[in-house]
Amino acid sequence: MKSFHEPPSSEITDEKVYLQRRRYLRWGAAGALGLAVGGVATLGLRQGDEAPQASEAHPADPPPKRWQDLPHSRFSTDEALTDWESVTGYNNFYELGAGKEAPARNAHRLETDPWSVTVDGEAERPGKLHLEDLLQSMPLEERIYRLRCVEAWSMVIPWVGFPLAALLKRFRPTSRAKYVAFETLYDPSRLPAQNRPILDWPYREGLRMDEAMHPLTLLAVGLYGRPLPGQNGAPLRLVVPWKYGFKSIKSIVRIRFTETQPPATWNQLQPEEYGFYANVNPAVEHPRWSQKRERRIGEVFKRDTLPFNGYAEQVADLYKDMDLAKQF
Amino acid sequence: MRTIPRQSSLVFGLSLMPLAGLVAAFLLGGLGANPAEALIRQLGDWTLRFLLITLALRPAQHWLGWRLLRHRRMLGLFAFFYAVLHFAAYAVLDAGLDPGYILDDIAKRPYITVGLVGLALLFALAFTSASGLRRRLGVWWRRLHWAIYPAAALGVMHFFMLTRADYREPAVYAMLLSALLLLRIRPAPGSVQKKPPINGGKGHAEKRVEENRE
Ligand code: HEM
Repeated sequence: MKSFHEPPSSEITDEKVYLQRRRYLRWGAAGALGLAVGGVATLGLRQGDEAPQASEAHPADPPPKRWQDLPHSRFSTDEALTDWESVTGYNNFYELGAGKEAPARNAHRLETDPWSVTVDGEAERPGKLHLEDLLQSMPLEERIYRLRCVEAWSMVIPWVGFPLAALLKRFRPTSRAKYVAFETLYDPSRLPAQNRPILDWPYREGLRMDEAMHPLTLLAVGLYGRPLPGQNGAPLRLVVPWKYGFKSIKSIVRIRFTETQPPATWNQLQPEEYGFYANVNPAVEHPRWSQKRERRIGEVFKRDTLPFNGYAEQVADLYKDMDLAKQF
Repeated sequence: MRTIPRQSSLVFGLSLMPLAGLVAAFLLGGLGANPAEALIRQLGDWTLRFLLITLALRPAQHWLGWRLLRHRRMLGLFAFFYAVLHFAAYAVLDAGLDPGYILDDIAKRPYITVGLVGLALLFALAFTSASGLRRRLGVWWRRLHWAIYPAAALGVMHFFMLTRADYREPAVYAMLLSALLLLRIRPAPGSVQKKPPINGGKGHAEKRVEENRE
């Protein structure tokens, strides 16, 4: 580029220089305006709908009384926890906005009281559960799990919840129940991004019966000893630690026992990218992200991804007759 | 008569500001929970923005009457500069400088392949951007440098391909690029090429003709 020369002082009062300065200013203004417009336009797009909002729950608040001294699970990992700010500030929850920060900003829209879950399908005792009853009747425990997102990042999260199996058994699934289907709340007034056709709402996921009944499969109602923040899927979400995060459906309002494999949102959108099983598997290629490694949130460089997200010992048996490269 | 160097240094300084902001944010923890991802992505955003700014100079000069084309080379080089940083951030932070990982990505992830073709085009343009080469290449230089359009198109395609859902952001870039391409294919009647330089000659008409030429 051309070099910049200070004008000699003899020129300072010169009209030409004065005009130059004005042009200089105009240019500066135009350039800054351009950058600002570009920046604000994309920021606007990205941040979307709502003004920033402090998360409702925070570690500084006292936890609910009943949640103090929760039993710790033997399935917990002793790895370092991902900090609260990241767990509650970096989320994929497209119903509350695309982009990782949008869900936390829009979470206050997700009113969760009252909340009920309908359980039906191939079961002897279908029914509707109110959240308070559920919280009262299920034995809550703390479980520290690794969470591995299909986008090649991971966290370590102390969930509060109970095994899904304990709940499902209450409804007496019949012998025809081969799968369990889950559905997220559909209510654009509380999940505002559902106003736009980003995904085929409501979000749906499913598990095979043996996966659903596996002791590692958790229904979470809290994390870090507090009720789930909206952005993490309040008030009730699935946690399947050996599968990519998108299987762990949030803000569940319906559970259904089915005979055939139920539809799953991402799988339907892009079947060659998101399998129904979606077991964490560094050996199965993904067209967007290499699944060989992952970035643990809080770390800069990536680490190796483990088969079944490190839970192979507990779950590999579920798939022993399957070709995991084909049924991924 | 130092308007050109002055404006150039201004444009130069402004063009470095996104980088300064990103580096500061990265170091001070202002890039959120996944700063590596944010850095890679925002460098990608700036690559695309500089490509579009570069392409917008001709229509902007036509409409505003400001002599903007003389900054085209510098802004184009900044697009290349941000593309190189974008790639370097990916190579260091995502790939951990593992050549096997990068080659694997190039072979297996179409969005990476597309991005790399875009980067290769920009490299060719940057490499041949010097005035001497430009004069020597003559008409071939113009033909070659038209490749900034496919380079930008590959960048937009890359963005579409890496988006999982909610395509609004890449769609905005796609629309801007299409508009610029349409303007290019059908220049407005009496477009700037046919007019004498705007703002009068003031003694360096020669220079300006050179700078205005593609
Ligand atoms: C003309 C050249 C290129 C342009 C214009 C470009 C532009 C972009 C843009 C706009 C994004 C999305 C940013 C966002 O989400 O806001 C992006 C992301 C990305 N680009 Fe590029 N890029 C180019 C070349 C490359 C190359 C050569 C590579 C690597 C080999 C690369 C790797 C990536 C990666 C890894 C991401 C992030 C993907 C993710 O986080 O999922 N890009 N790029």
